[in-house]
Amino acid sequence: MEKTIITVIGRDTVGIIAKVCTYLADNNVNVLDISQTIVEGYFNMMMIADISGSAKSILELSEEISHVGEEIGVQIRMQSEKIFNSMHRI
Amino acid sequence: MLNIFEVNETNKMIDQENLDVRTITLGISLLDCIDGNLETLKTNIYEKITRIAENLVATGDEIGKEFGVPIVNKRISITPIAIIGASACKTTQDFVEIARVLDKAAKQTGVNFIGGYSALVSKGSTKADELLMKSIPEALSVTERVCSSVNLGSTRTGINMDAVRLMGEIILETAQLTKDEDSIGCAKLVVFCNAPDDNPFMAGAFHGVTEADAVINVGVSGPGVVKKALEKVRGESFEVLCETIKKTSFKVTRVGQLVAREASRRLNIPFGIVDLSLAPTPAIGDSVADILQEIGLERVGAPGTTAALALLNDQVKKGGVMASSYVGGLSGAFIPVSEDQGMIDAVQAGALTIEKLEAMTCVCSVGLDMIAIPGDTKASTISGIIADESAIGMINQKTTAVRLIPVIGKGVGEVAHFGGLLGYAPIMQVNPFSCDAFVNRAGRIPAPIHSFKN
Repeated sequence: MEKTIITVIGRDTVGIIAKVCTYLADNNVNVLDISQTIVEGYFNMMMIADISGSAKSILELSEEISHVGEEIGVQIRMQSEKIFNSMHRI
Repeated sequence: MLNIFEVNETNKMIDQENLDVRTITLGISLLDCIDGNLETLKTNIYEKITRIAENLVATGDEIGKEFGVPIVNKRISITPIAIIGASACKTTQDFVEIARVLDKAAKQTGVNFIGGYSALVSKGSTKADELLMKSIPEALSVTERVCSSVNLGSTRTGINMDAVRLMGEIILETAQLTKDEDSIGCAKLVVFCNAPDDNPFMAGAFHGVTEADAVINVGVSGPGVVKKALEKVRGESFEVLCETIKKTSFKVTRVGQLVAREASRRLNIPFGIVDLSLAPTPAIGDSVADILQEIGLERVGAPGTTAALALLNDQVKKGGVMASSYVGGLSGAFIPVSEDQGMIDAVQAGALTIEKLEAMTCVCSVGLDMIAIPGDTKASTISGIIADESAIGMINQKTTAVRLIPVIGKGVGEVAHFGGLLGYAPIMQVNPFSCDAFVNRAGRIPAPIHSFKN
């Protein structure tokens, strides 16, 4: 399993989750967990996803998904889970 | 499972508080390149550096993108060239030729600096050491990415005052040769007492002779993260203050440890150390001075500054040590003037003097760093400042360093501009009284009594 964290931040609008999930499904990325809040009017979502089934590398996926974000006017990024685990888990 | 608050905390540090990995520095031993023939030596050096560091920059960038954390610099440190060139170099020009090869290798591999144009002369200088030191001004003026350092004292050996005297002249000469760019050559030259073998930070990085053939060292940063964390505990007790610094330092260092491990695995080069330093940049919000002010000083330089810095330095180490399996290098808070907007402001406000900076170096990780002084400062005065700083290192068993920039053609009140990460610096007043007779004595200062530990 190769876990990544996808974060989406931006002004709330219709279809953000749909767009992100469509992209992930098209690339055979399996979503393991989703949590979402609205902070000060801003849409704030985090997904944990497994990219081991995808034909694309994390670098390609993160590049492409950030473009998906640009299209709908939100900031999306995909990062390896390792950086968060390193910082927050002993 | 990770939660959204933890993820947001990390990304906020990166986006808004300038958390980054300051440098992945690849240390390369050049001992097996040594040859009596200068041309063969040059070929060996170029071939080895470009072979081992071939994928360094690409791998660093890749790791940065995967984790979403900037890895600002990719650099190389090498075995001190005075040792490597000792049998082939008969003149200062021979050493300058090696400097040109290093510059070419740095450009080929894409690193922004290569450190190790160095001599280790803490007790005495060989013929080659002397030639290398004398070649520094030209070497730094004809190259772009080469950094130079000289270790001229240690707690174990005392201080080599002949080298101290010589380096005062070398620094001035380096300033002269790069006077068209506000004497920027001196920004790439540092003198040390107790220099560490595994420091990943420039200009003082070199790959010590006690090190393996190749090794990955990583320098973390993050003054902005500490400052933001401290904003939330304004007015709280020292206990709360210290705990906050420790926790933040732990988190920052964990990122460095992760990056070091990943770089080591992908490049198939052993992991050396993480240097857990707070290294400022001229960017707003990336300042060590701002942390000291957040701790409670109106300006850096005010009474209490040394104590606040001592506390900061110690807590950074305490927090960072558990976060990494191997800690080394300089590890602590850096207090360069030109690279820290808060320091520059303090100098311009009249709050911070060289004398106060000297006191601060007793309790921080390095020394008098990136300080611009008048271009007409005497060589012996620079040597006197180096001797003072070395004495602090020698007696306190710590690393101290001097990176002064006598800005030719400029005086107190004017500003030197270096550009980029090196920033700009107001020119500071130097004590005008002479130390000629002291500096001109020959020989060395003996090792202190507490060095005899056997």
